[in-house]
Amino acid sequence: MNDTSQAMMMNEVAANLEAQMAFKSLDFYYGKFHALKNINLEIYKRHVTAFIGPSGCGKSTLLRTMNRMYDLYPEQRATGELLLDGVNMLDKKVDVNALRAKVGMVFQKPTPFPMSIYENIAFGVRLHERLSKSQMDERVEWALRKAAIWEETKNILNQSGMSLSGGQQQRLCIARGIAVKPEVLLLDEPTSALDPISTMRIEELIAELKAEFTIAIVTHNMQQAARISDYTAYMYLGEMIEFGVTDQIFIKPKKKQTEDYITGRFG
Amino acid sequence: MDLRKKRKFINKVALTLSMLAMAFGLFWLAWILFTTLQLGVTGLSLDLFTKMTPPPGADEPGGLLNAIVGSLIMITLATGLGTPIGILAGIYLAEYGQRTWLGQITRFINDILLSAPSIVIGLFVYAVYVAQVGNFSAVAGIFALALIVIPVVVSTSENMLRLVPDNMREAAFALGAPKRVVVMQVTLKASMAGVITGILLAVARIAGETAPLLFTALSNQFWSVDLNKPMANLPVTIFKFAMSPFKDWQEIAWAGVFLITMGVLGLNIAARVLFRAKHKL
Repeated sequence: MNDTSQAMMMNEVAANLEAQMAFKSLDFYYGKFHALKNINLEIYKRHVTAFIGPSGCGKSTLLRTMNRMYDLYPEQRATGELLLDGVNMLDKKVDVNALRAKVGMVFQKPTPFPMSIYENIAFGVRLHERLSKSQMDERVEWALRKAAIWEETKNILNQSGMSLSGGQQQRLCIARGIAVKPEVLLLDEPTSALDPISTMRIEELIAELKAEFTIAIVTHNMQQAARISDYTAYMYLGEMIEFGVTDQIFIKPKKKQTEDYITGRFG
Repeated sequence: MDLRKKRKFINKVALTLSMLAMAFGLFWLAWILFTTLQLGVTGLSLDLFTKMTPPPGADEPGGLLNAIVGSLIMITLATGLGTPIGILAGIYLAEYGQRTWLGQITRFINDILLSAPSIVIGLFVYAVYVAQVGNFSAVAGIFALALIVIPVVVSTSENMLRLVPDNMREAAFALGAPKRVVVMQVTLKASMAGVITGILLAVARIAGETAPLLFTALSNQFWSVDLNKPMANLPVTIFKFAMSPFKDWQEIAWAGVFLITMGVLGLNIAARVLFRAKHKL
């Protein structure tokens, strides 16, 4: 590869890489416990960023700062900056509900609400937009299609969301998240409670969703991180040890600690 | 004796003891139901539902119409008054004030109210309302019954709301829902079956309460639906009639007992069926 083609490639990469979110010296505390230490990181627009690391390393905590989920618990606090499209989201003046409309989240355990499949999707949309009945019908269909669950649910939209199987429930939760049309989707171990086939479907879904959404995923499954992510961050004891292109992290990690973890020497 | 045999033996002893305890409890319950049925059925007739409570030594057979209607009015209004207060207080305890000092004090006081003898509540309403106004009235009876309903509903609502996993709350918050929406549309909905069960159990509880009505609504031998006057009701009528020397009164009393027992039994079964149906999901 000559210099010009390499330079061209670099340019293309740079053009595609726009930071959607950025952490600037972010620290996080559970009471007195210092859970995240000086995190600096960019989450690139329309890419999948995976967070890996042993239990308790702070990867879920990091995800929960991105939609200020920690606000619910008075003893938890974050300092530093978390930029979303250049605006600091940790600013007390930022409306946390508006932030959460832009940054959706899917949890480890599927959490359908005790209402119909249709209402599960419409619930979040109604919080932020006023739509007519037909517009809402369209939005519900759009979200369910995006989450690859439309075919299974189109005839049972009035049934309880809780009547679906675990894998379907999780796709329903993803549909619920994207129905609000967020910019970022946070996935906190979304497949750890699912069987391999449901897991595969969700992984395929993630690959499709990144065309429209910026995705940050926490996973305990390193193969999964390698399969689905463009960038990987390895965390340990609340610190960001290494961040880079997924292939590089898994094939040629720069740090010894990262290598030890991904080769299974500990963790 | 080897370990496995010993274990089996102990198991059998424990099982036998618990079966005996169950049989002991069931025996009395069955006896109560049987007696109620046996003595209540003789007094059952259409007159019971169409005629007023008879005066002593009446030639014509009497009924319980005024007492049944009075009980229904007071139970309905007391439940209608106590339920919203109870649910709102339960929501406060479970969703807002769980660890605050106000929440803890409220929960403590509620627990005391929950176990307060109903006669205390009757006397309390007598002192603060009946004695001030100067006459017994249905309103006073409704207040007294509502005071019994409230702690039951507060406590079941709180417990049912706390059974809703935090995951579900977080999922609703994660969509950008404000707290009131999360509570009203998600957690309360998720615990609705339990909350309604609590209300039904509260109704069952006040359906047979005599003591709080003795000092408040008293009773009324005649038809009256005026809330500011004494009102006939089943428990006090039963109390009065069962103690009387008149045979027809005693029969009517037993028929009333039968009605209340069946009503409470029905409510309990309804509560159970509802709770189970909802939790199958």
